[in-house]
Amino acid sequence: MNILLRTEGLAKTFTLHLQGGTCIPVLGRVDLAVSAGECVALSGPSGAGKSTLMRCLYGNYGAGAGRILLAHRGAELDLASADPRAVIEARRESIGYVSQFLRVIPRVSTRDIVAEPMVARGMAREDALSRASALLDRLNLPERLHGLPPATFSGGEQQRVNLARGFGPRSPVLLLDEPTASLDAGNRAIVIGLIHEAKQAGTAIVGIFHDAEVREAVADRVFTVEPMQDAA
Amino acid sequence: MTLLLEAKGLDLKFGAIAALDDVALDVTAGEVVAIVGESGSGKTTLLRVLAGQMAPDAGAVHYLGRDVLGMTEAERRRLMRMDWGFVHQNPRDGLRMGVSAGGNVGERLMALGARHYGNIRDEAKAWLQRVEIDAGRIDDLPRHFSGGMQQRLQIARTLVTRPKLVFMDEPTGGLDVSVQARLLDLIRALVRELGLSVLIVTHDIAAARLLADRILVMRRGQVVEQGLTDRVLDDPQHPYTQLLVSSVLAA
Repeated sequence: MNILLRTEGLAKTFTLHLQGGTCIPVLGRVDLAVSAGECVALSGPSGAGKSTLMRCLYGNYGAGAGRILLAHRGAELDLASADPRAVIEARRESIGYVSQFLRVIPRVSTRDIVAEPMVARGMAREDALSRASALLDRLNLPERLHGLPPATFSGGEQQRVNLARGFGPRSPVLLLDEPTASLDAGNRAIVIGLIHEAKQAGTAIVGIFHDAEVREAVADRVFTVEPMQDAA
Repeated sequence: MTLLLEAKGLDLKFGAIAALDDVALDVTAGEVVAIVGESGSGKTTLLRVLAGQMAPDAGAVHYLGRDVLGMTEAERRRLMRMDWGFVHQNPRDGLRMGVSAGGNVGERLMALGARHYGNIRDEAKAWLQRVEIDAGRIDDLPRHFSGGMQQRLQIARTLVTRPKLVFMDEPTGGLDVSVQARLLDLIRALVRELGLSVLIVTHDIAAARLLADRILVMRRGQVVEQGLTDRVLDDPQHPYTQLLVSSVLAA
């Protein structure tokens, strides 16, 4: 098995200094491994820490303890301890993240938002723009919207822009946080198709899928995140 | 990864107040680093010390291995002309108000040795358009421009020489919110296009998130937290950073 992302004893506690230093332990010792071509679905009750785990895996949240080892440039990079510049480089080349909500940049068109991570990864601008259009078409985002900034789009439209942006650069590891939450059945099926193709191309995927139908369709196995006792 | 700017052990006291307390920082080529903190935290002082405009009590600043603090005034000016750019909070500090918009941009090119009047004017015109100023305003004085236009003109004047490192001190301070958004977006696009290295001082957390790869949080002259921009803002560790982040109103 070619493991692309794994954690060793990953733990995370939030310390709220503005609330008298309250400590909220969220992740205990998480040992997760994901191989190329595999899709692992995170499960567990709401508040168990699934999204926190995803954010740790992307380096968005710092790890309290343990290691997060990402296959990057032929070696393993520990995202828990890596220099910020190395994390930026790893995000450009080796790991992608589709969050639930799109962070809109004023005045930048939808097509450019989708093309940006592909250009950052070294794709020629023309090619990136045409792949961006193709992905947006496939996700049923009308062409008249491609040239507009997505600030005024509906939740479902913004989510599809986010998906196109996430799938664009073909990152070897992809994190999907509720990728189909605001989509109708037709678009859900399209996302399932994109995930299948990515897996066939060898992408390692970790996802949170509340939709049982989507989870059944794409996940090879389920990894349960256990809620921790409040130690405050 | 080329290390452009490197500072270590910077100390500076104003009377009993520590404006800089053992500050270290570095900037590599193509990187945007934001220094955030409230008024009086020392961030503007830090920028001025790094740009060689103010001497610290202790510490060292190196630019491409050269000792910035030990330079003569002439050497420092040469660096300012050739390699660096400085965008002031108040455009009046960075522009020559009695010189036309085109002259403000062209002057920096002439300082680098450009002599052909037609080429200089063409380049100035192209830069005005790049910062979204109507090229028809090329002969107008900046004092007849709005605050936002003046700031965009200052950015054109600064970037026309393709500096390697740009210092920005609250570039959106004092502007209307709608004007700020346009300016930030413009800065963001230019930084990417030109591959600039930028050290930006701001108290605007949203601006830092939009522009910066890394963030340093300053309080009372000390860097209390630093790291990847989204990690510092989404998972702040220091009590002061938590306060700073939680004080931002979501629009």
